[in-house]
Amino acid sequence: MATPVIMPQLGESVVEGTVLRWLKQPGETVAEFEPLLEVSTDKVDSEVPSPASGVVLQILVPTGQTVRAGTVLAWIGAAGEALGGEEAPAVSPAPAEAPAAPTASPLTPGRNRDLGFISPVVARLAREHNLDLRQIKGTGEGGRITKKDVLRYLERQPTPTPETPAAWETPGEGDLFRPTEDVPSAAPSAPPPAEAKERLIPLTPMRQKIAERLSYSARTIPHVTTVMEADLKRVVAHYTAHKPLFARDGVNLTYTAYFALAAVAALRAYPLLNASWTEEGIRVYETINLGIAVSLGDEGLVVPVIRQAEGLSLLGMARAINDLAARARGRRLTPDDLQGGTFTITNHGVGGSLFATPIILPPQCAILGVGKITPRPVVIEDAIAIRPMVYLSLTFDHRILDGAVADAFLSKIVQTLQTWPEA
Amino acid sequence: MMLSEQQQVDMFWYMLLARRLDERAWILHRQGKIAFHISGIGQEAAQVGAAFAVRKGEDWVVPYYRDLALMLYLGYTPREFMLSLMGKREEPSSGGRQMPSHWSLRRANVVSHSAPVATQTPHAVGIALAITMRREDKVVLTTIGEGATSQGEWYEAVNWAAIHRLPVIFMVENNHYAISEPIEKQMAVEGAAAKACGLGLEGIAVDGTDALAVYDVVARAVEKARRGEGPTLIEARMYRLTPHSSDDDDRSYRSRDEVEAHKRRDPLLRMRQHLEAQGWLGAERLQALEAEIKALVDAAVNEATQAPYPAPEEAAGPLFCSEVTHA
Amino acid sequence: MPEMTLVEAIRQAMDEEMARDERVFIVGEDVGKRGGVFRATLGLYEKYGPERVIDSPLAEASIVGVGIGAALYGMRPICEIQFADFIFPAFNQIVNEAARMCYRSNGEWCVPLVIRAPYGGGIGGGLYHSQSVEAFFAHVPGLKVVIPSNPYDAKGLLKSAVRDPNPVLFLEPKKGYRLLRGEVPTEDYVVPIGPARVTRPGRDISLFAYGMMHYYALQAAEMVAAEGIEVEVVDLRTLAPVDRTTILESVRKTGKALIVHEDNLTGGYGAEIAALIAEEAFEALDAPVRRLCGPDVPGVPFSHPMQDWFMPNAPKIAAALRALAAY
Repeated sequence: MATPVIMPQLGESVVEGTVLRWLKQPGETVAEFEPLLEVSTDKVDSEVPSPASGVVLQILVPTGQTVRAGTVLAWIGAAGEALGGEEAPAVSPAPAEAPAAPTASPLTPGRNRDLGFISPVVARLAREHNLDLRQIKGTGEGGRITKKDVLRYLERQPTPTPETPAAWETPGEGDLFRPTEDVPSAAPSAPPPAEAKERLIPLTPMRQKIAERLSYSARTIPHVTTVMEADLKRVVAHYTAHKPLFARDGVNLTYTAYFALAAVAALRAYPLLNASWTEEGIRVYETINLGIAVSLGDEGLVVPVIRQAEGLSLLGMARAINDLAARARGRRLTPDDLQGGTFTITNHGVGGSLFATPIILPPQCAILGVGKITPRPVVIEDAIAIRPMVYLSLTFDHRILDGAVADAFLSKIVQTLQTWPEA
Repeated sequence: MMLSEQQQVDMFWYMLLARRLDERAWILHRQGKIAFHISGIGQEAAQVGAAFAVRKGEDWVVPYYRDLALMLYLGYTPREFMLSLMGKREEPSSGGRQMPSHWSLRRANVVSHSAPVATQTPHAVGIALAITMRREDKVVLTTIGEGATSQGEWYEAVNWAAIHRLPVIFMVENNHYAISEPIEKQMAVEGAAAKACGLGLEGIAVDGTDALAVYDVVARAVEKARRGEGPTLIEARMYRLTPHSSDDDDRSYRSRDEVEAHKRRDPLLRMRQHLEAQGWLGAERLQALEAEIKALVDAAVNEATQAPYPAPEEAAGPLFCSEVTHA
Repeated sequence: MPEMTLVEAIRQAMDEEMARDERVFIVGEDVGKRGGVFRATLGLYEKYGPERVIDSPLAEASIVGVGIGAALYGMRPICEIQFADFIFPAFNQIVNEAARMCYRSNGEWCVPLVIRAPYGGGIGGGLYHSQSVEAFFAHVPGLKVVIPSNPYDAKGLLKSAVRDPNPVLFLEPKKGYRLLRGEVPTEDYVVPIGPARVTRPGRDISLFAYGMMHYYALQAAEMVAAEGIEVEVVDLRTLAPVDRTTILESVRKTGKALIVHEDNLTGGYGAEIAALIAEEAFEALDAPVRRLCGPDVPGVPFSHPMQDWFMPNAPKIAAALRALAAY
């Protein structure tokens, strides 16, 4: 049975380490306790001795990569031993914003000395799926790797999703040096009582991530929610007129784009809501990276981020939302897509909810909930009219913001929506 | 058809208004305040004479770029002219998209025209065709310079109207020059009217500096057309007193003496002298007209100067109509 | 549902539109008693009379120019140009006048006009009865260009064109007039101008075609399907405004694109589609965008072997598909 090589925790408060240099390559033999690789942390650099004698079967974390302590770095075993019997043990929550390390360096299309001509789509697929193209046989002209070759290869691989951590993100079993004899198994979980009528649903990485992040948020941020309503008559008219025009350019225009644009306008007017609380002070960001919550059904929720949203028009915003939503549902988001948000919009209205008290995603300081758009009777200058109304719920961090500013911000969103230009 | 004193004084009013507006445009250009102007000085009489012969607002008019006097009679305002010279947004012909004097005024049944000459003549014929299809008794007046009657499209249009006896009055404003080319280089016949017999319709030449004479000829042609007796080709002979446009230097192709000689036959002068002889236009009344017109021209320039330009992105459209709202 | 030929479907569209809307009329050479040299208007003269099916003079510029005038007055003319090879005298009217009228008048004047012309080779017509002209016209903003590939679309698209408030150039693949047959509903229906149609879904290559070439494209796709190459055939139908969404969606799916037209290669319409794909779907491409077109010679020769050398056909398209699949 193969032995995992674990990233050591070099120091009490150290949580991660960087692989500096592998001293052995796959296929080479190594003796137990023989130096296998060099690692670096912010406290100390050190050699890591091999936990077992044998052949280096597989290296999972290349030079330069930084991983959490406890992560499996490589496998040692008998020559020719097949891996795959080693299932990753029950995963503990992956970090909310773990940097993903691609195996291959970013590939641009063009003639490649080793790989032949790489077409644009092959380059893109390689990038999106973190592929090492050297693994793929080319059947195209001149032996080039075609799109079909890549797709066929992917069909045979277990597809990693952003929610499923890559191999080296799977921590080892805890012990730093693994002696050849069996280690005691993890603390046994309490057995269910004999008479219990219940079932235990294992925690998926996504569920754990959500739990961890939102608990932290609830614990540390004083949440206040303020609610206003907006008359979407003009937005609806504009949407109706522009939806077919946008569709001609392959863009599906949704109401979300309007709320996004209104939020951006309000954030420009009230930049304090595009900020983070730190002990040193309130960090106000110049760029608006807008997170849009996307439901993945029973699986959970992701919040991909539209970067530099302040520079987008309605068309640009709609296009960006289309792209992120499609990739989210197709499980093709990259770690970059999930990082760096400064403000978030969540569309809880799609499920029928009128208004809500959404939870802020740290390190942001506010989140806008959009409720269900319903036609309601409203009073306009002493007459009753039926208008498409929506409740907007803004939760804000009361350490940074007081009600007055938050309400002014939310009012600005309402005003932007209600005075949307003519179609 | 005798025109009353009031009508004749009104004719003079339009000629004078056109003249003073036109002169102001030249000044604005030489002051560097506008980019382009193409003039109708010397052609006012023929235009106003013809204008008075059609039913304003009912008959259709397909003019060409020198027809400022004609346009003013049909309801185009001095302010609108100044707006178009300055390329302002509210300019009614095109919202600033076309050069000035590319007329279009839907409210007056004046169709938009372009710069390639004679393309408008088949349009006039098509309008007349539609009028007969609808059994209406309107007529179409279309004007053109004598140079443009060399274009194939002009011949095709006149030919068509003659074959089908359509209610079109083809008026050629023969001002003797097409930019630098005199009429002798444009046609082997004496004038445009002489082309008519080769095409099977009546051709009449008339002194284009005599507004009343032109009125007479056009009025008869209009009545003929309304009776269903077909088109007429009218050639009004005059002289282009200015260079072709603000970009042209006419000293390279004609003598000052020639121009001076024709200035003495200025149609404005002729009409003024006629009205004076009738006792209908004393010095005082003339002064009052001039003052009134000057005030109109000044106001037009001021208002147009203040008026906004189009927003840059307005240039992106309109490419297509979503529905036909006219006719 | 009755089966009919392309030309019968076109005739039926005109018949139904003329019955439905009295403003619709036909004008062109020999459209009346002769019923059109291709019989496209057969029987319509007898049914609607000389006022609505008008034999024009032999003068294309005025066929279109007069049509424009009538459209400006509110009629709905269908102008027939006998062969697309003869459309060039009317180029000025189509491009400078019809296409630009809405824009230059800031939306005040519309030109609800249809210009129909048979185009394309393969019928022993030589240089002047075989030309493709779509590239010249698809280039012009303000003009719609439609090319049907089958009787059903031809009837529906022509009806849409007649009802469109804008100028539409309707090019008919003459080789297919009697060759292309299909089921056509007798009742009123329209095919909207704009959307392309995926006529054969596939995974490996996107094949874009229109007119007669679409017919051959389907044949070629069938041929290579037996070899395991799954071709997606897209009938463009409208060249301007083109359906970018369908084109890009298809290429994003397959990664390989082949564009087929019989017009000369250089500057042909396929170049625009190729540029669009390269610009907007670069990251989806697994092979260069290719075009299979008529060679760059000044016309389709008359003699059979030379004509065959010129014209794309199903075997030539299949060969191009195979090469692209193997890339």
